[in-house]
Amino acid sequence: MTFQVQYLFLIPLLPLIAAAMIAVTRQPHKRFAATMGIGAMVISLTLSCAAFAKTLHRSSSAANFHEVHNFNWFTFGETTLQLGWVLDPLTAIMLVMVTFVSLLIFIYSIGYMAHDENFTRFFCFLSLFAAAMLGLIIANNLLLLFMCWELVGLASYLLIGFWYQKPSAAAAAKKAFITTRIGDVVFFLGILWLYSQSGTLLFYADGKGCLENLQQAEWAARTTIGGMAITTGIGLLIFCGAIGKSGQVPLHVWLPDAMEGPTPVSALIHAATMVAAGVFLVARVYPLMSANGGEVAGWGPGIHISALTVVTWVGAITAVFAACIAVAQTDIKRILAYSTVSQLGFMMMGLGVGGVAVGMFHLIAHAFFKALLFLGAGSVIHGCHEEQDIRRMGGLKKFMPVTFATYAIGMMALSGVPILFSGFWSKDAILHAAHDWPVSKIPFYLGVSGALLTAFYMTRQMCYVFFGNNRADSHHATKPHESPRVMTLPLTILAVFAVMLGFIGTPAWPWFQSYLNGGQPLFNFAELWQGEVRSILLLSTVIVAVGIGLGWWFYGRKPITSPDAEDVLERLRPDIYELFRNKFYIDELYEATVIRFFVWWAQLCDSMDYWVWNGAVLAVSYLILALAWVNRLIDEYAVNLGFDEGCKGVAEGGKLFSRLQNGRVQSYLRVIGVALTVLILVLIWGCRPS
Amino acid sequence: MLAWTVYISFIGVLALMLVPAGQARAARGIALLTAVAGFLLGLVSAFAYQPTAGIMTIVQKPWIPGLHIDFFLAADGISITLVLLTGLAAIVGILFSWNVEHRTKEFFAFYLALIGGVYGVFLSFDLFLLFVFYELAIIPKYFLIAIWGSTNKEYGAMKLALYSFIGSAMVLIGIIAAYVVSGAHSMNLLELAKYPYPASFQYWAFPLVFVGFAILAGLWPFHTWAPTGHVAAPTAASMLLAGVVMKLGAYGALRVAMTLFPLGLEAWRNEIAVLAVIGIVYGAMVALVQKDFKFVIGYSSVSHMGFVLLGLMTLSSIGLSGAVLQMFSHGIIAGLLFGVVGRMVYDRTHTRELPLLEGMNLSRALPFAAGTFAVAAFASMGLPGFSGFPAEMSVLIGAWRTFPTFAVLAGLGILIGVAYTLLVLQKSFFGDAAPTPEVPAHPLPPITVPERIGAVILLATTLLIGLYPKLLLDLIVPSFNSPLFEALRNEALRKGGIL
Repeated sequence: MTFQVQYLFLIPLLPLIAAAMIAVTRQPHKRFAATMGIGAMVISLTLSCAAFAKTLHRSSSAANFHEVHNFNWFTFGETTLQLGWVLDPLTAIMLVMVTFVSLLIFIYSIGYMAHDENFTRFFCFLSLFAAAMLGLIIANNLLLLFMCWELVGLASYLLIGFWYQKPSAAAAAKKAFITTRIGDVVFFLGILWLYSQSGTLLFYADGKGCLENLQQAEWAARTTIGGMAITTGIGLLIFCGAIGKSGQVPLHVWLPDAMEGPTPVSALIHAATMVAAGVFLVARVYPLMSANGGEVAGWGPGIHISALTVVTWVGAITAVFAACIAVAQTDIKRILAYSTVSQLGFMMMGLGVGGVAVGMFHLIAHAFFKALLFLGAGSVIHGCHEEQDIRRMGGLKKFMPVTFATYAIGMMALSGVPILFSGFWSKDAILHAAHDWPVSKIPFYLGVSGALLTAFYMTRQMCYVFFGNNRADSHHATKPHESPRVMTLPLTILAVFAVMLGFIGTPAWPWFQSYLNGGQPLFNFAELWQGEVRSILLLSTVIVAVGIGLGWWFYGRKPITSPDAEDVLERLRPDIYELFRNKFYIDELYEATVIRFFVWWAQLCDSMDYWVWNGAVLAVSYLILALAWVNRLIDEYAVNLGFDEGCKGVAEGGKLFSRLQNGRVQSYLRVIGVALTVLILVLIWGCRPS
Repeated sequence: MLAWTVYISFIGVLALMLVPAGQARAARGIALLTAVAGFLLGLVSAFAYQPTAGIMTIVQKPWIPGLHIDFFLAADGISITLVLLTGLAAIVGILFSWNVEHRTKEFFAFYLALIGGVYGVFLSFDLFLLFVFYELAIIPKYFLIAIWGSTNKEYGAMKLALYSFIGSAMVLIGIIAAYVVSGAHSMNLLELAKYPYPASFQYWAFPLVFVGFAILAGLWPFHTWAPTGHVAAPTAASMLLAGVVMKLGAYGALRVAMTLFPLGLEAWRNEIAVLAVIGIVYGAMVALVQKDFKFVIGYSSVSHMGFVLLGLMTLSSIGLSGAVLQMFSHGIIAGLLFGVVGRMVYDRTHTRELPLLEGMNLSRALPFAAGTFAVAAFASMGLPGFSGFPAEMSVLIGAWRTFPTFAVLAGLGILIGVAYTLLVLQKSFFGDAAPTPEVPAHPLPPITVPERIGAVILLATTLLIGLYPKLLLDLIVPSFNSPLFEALRNEALRKGGIL
């Protein structure tokens, strides 16, 4: 085992130590906090690059390269629970991406959070998040992955609610945590199921891991309800965790609300890294997801269903669903949030139809350009004095040139403008794979519509924010201003990557695909002009052109003059616009059904506790009091009557009542004593060994 | 040496009686010294104990020879785990009672008597002795609540005593029956566990003894003493009540009912698992709608103790070990939660009504309390890194094999647990106070040093066990290999389990 693998644990450990040290730092020591956080990230990035270099070196020769380090966590008799970490191309590429994006966002935060009184706490939480996320990536055990998974959720909760004085932020934090936890609990049940079947949760352990040799594994062949293979059942449960974390329908509701957190958080956690963890999870347990789930009647012969089929459908539906909502939003960050949900849907679809490389390529590309967009949005918000409503922006092109230029690059990458931008290539790969999917063509059409909508809503946003006249309220004395260098520098770097990344995964030179899958990438320019590849590329181009063209026709042709002006879509189809703007009323639906049901149930339990069980206790205690009273009467009149103590008896009668008032326990004990004696006598008499 | 944990607690009681009235400082000092000494004894024994050695006899002397009753103290890994828990809870409880001014000396005397009784239960391997200590632990509890309690304390104390004595009565009947049926030769638990009781006898004796003990562990529907008792109790007593006394019940159920009557267990196993799962979900549901801060924690205890009972019913090594680990974990976490609510918040604000606390902006007034409670809340909802996670995880792994449906339902309980914990966390400390909070006329007194020490001890413990559960599991797991659990093992084996 090489040192890169042996010391892989340092990559999450360093940010964790940084978080711990910042946690005990007093609030005014801002410089120390930032230095610790960023320093740890720099070292982690270096180590990640070393690990990446290691996989680079090997991936050409071995198809399925991975090195692991496992250790015992604890032992239950015969069974030992092992944890461990793994280095493979999937881990390495994620490590580099996460550390790199985190580093840039940490630097950006120095500028963005400069005036916040809880600056050090912010860096503590950010470092904690980075540690948990990196731990999640290197985990070689589903349980360890789950533990880190929960911790990123915790960090996300803490950071969404960072400004907890805002009721909306506190509510959003709670909503995010509970909603993702719904998925997590199901995920955990999947883990339990997997453990009970395979006996191990290690991914790789010299051929004994739960992902290795699935075809030969005896347990993987078993079936469960409805003839579904057990692997598929487990895969679906695990996928529920991914649905929660990656904001897929129907658990997407938390992600847009999570925008209540500071913008660097939205960029890092709710766009680039954490929400992608769900996609990463599916990629990680891909053998389980793709394991044959059996032939299902009605789908045609030879078409096998696996957990991936569900992944594809959920992803495709989410991609279009969220894109529709994004069209009608007016908050700059919420548009990006719904866009993230939609793009995550694309990634899921990519995993489902095309495999690990297709989904992961979009994940990596998206991480860069979406972080860029969010940081750009943060810069806009910062420059516009905390204004988030795009209707009150406009004309920022001339006030914030750097932000505008970088944002435009991000927008084009997200929309998938051809050739130059990474989003074009990664989305094209997904559409291409979807086109070839044997099960159904519908996801392909959904994907095409999603891509069209993406180009459209991003153009709309650009027109609202950067073009036209400034529509800010007049009470702001100062004009919008460009952000400081510490914020624009990360934007520039991210913009460079948003452009360049595309070239590592084109059909002409599929380096990324061969890096993940093993094999040697061949440079073959003619690949681009082969029949199907060419038609899909052309189709992508046309979609983007139509989307951007429509967007410009609606919003850019005539400058929007007033913040209260009706949206063009609203004028055309108010009913549909209203539906989109209210997010298909999903929140209201949940409020009226699930939440109301639980409140009702909780109140039912509460009143049951009060009336039934408490009532029973009271009844028993009164019964005992009555018994004690009868007991006393018998004592007084039956037992003592024979004695010449009548007068005393009457005198004690008075005391008796006062004793009854505050002596419940003693009188109770008396009955217990009598009852016990009787019972014991009965038992001894009845249960003698014969 | 472990026996001295019991003796030293009662020596402490005697010493406290000799302290002249009004010497509150001396009383506190003696109590703290006694508790620390007890904990250290437990700790040293834990290190000295060889987990493979099985049951380690400490003292065995004839006590009432005519009835074959021995003074028999012994320990295995389970006992030692719970002794450590008791020691920690005792120390922190005293630190959190540093401000008791009303009859200080008596307070700590009752407190130490309770601790001594609890140690005694965990170490007794003679049924009669165990029962004596069990009763010994109940009586001081009554007085602690009735004298130093708050909110409806007479009612709470009465309810607690009622339930406890009903439970004790059931246990006593069961014990005596077991003694008589086995031929009245011995009260020694190890001897009795070897006796093959007829199935028809076990069928009724098991639920009698198990439920008798489990009442104290908050078994639904016999749980209602717990929330009211906790609320009425003074801080230290509610910490002990949730932290240690509820464990007495679970411990007794495991140590006595399950080892003596494995056939009875098999017959009633599903029913009790159902009750445990109902407790998990029901406790969480009720906690969701409480208005009193302490009631939320009280009902959460019912929910978390459900995991212990469910773990016991799994009859697998991992589930049983998880149950014992959960006893420890819940003792630490619940103790901490009650400490924050009772001492840090209630003693300062004089209210536990969540709507009132919501407007107080407590996170700014008491940042340390807010931080502590936040971490404790995350520990309580079973986040990885804290002791609750490996414990509840082990229970669920065990439960999944035996009752998958129940594991799913328990998962629902965890989910609701997250909901009420976040709800109470935000309402109590991070409420949406007015943007410019008025400066209160009397600023809240800051958190004192004993409170900080106590909180840090418990936080560090839950983190330590959460990250490295091996420390305790290495004690707990081998315990189930001892001869005491042989009948249980055979029963599990017969059912295809692996204990």
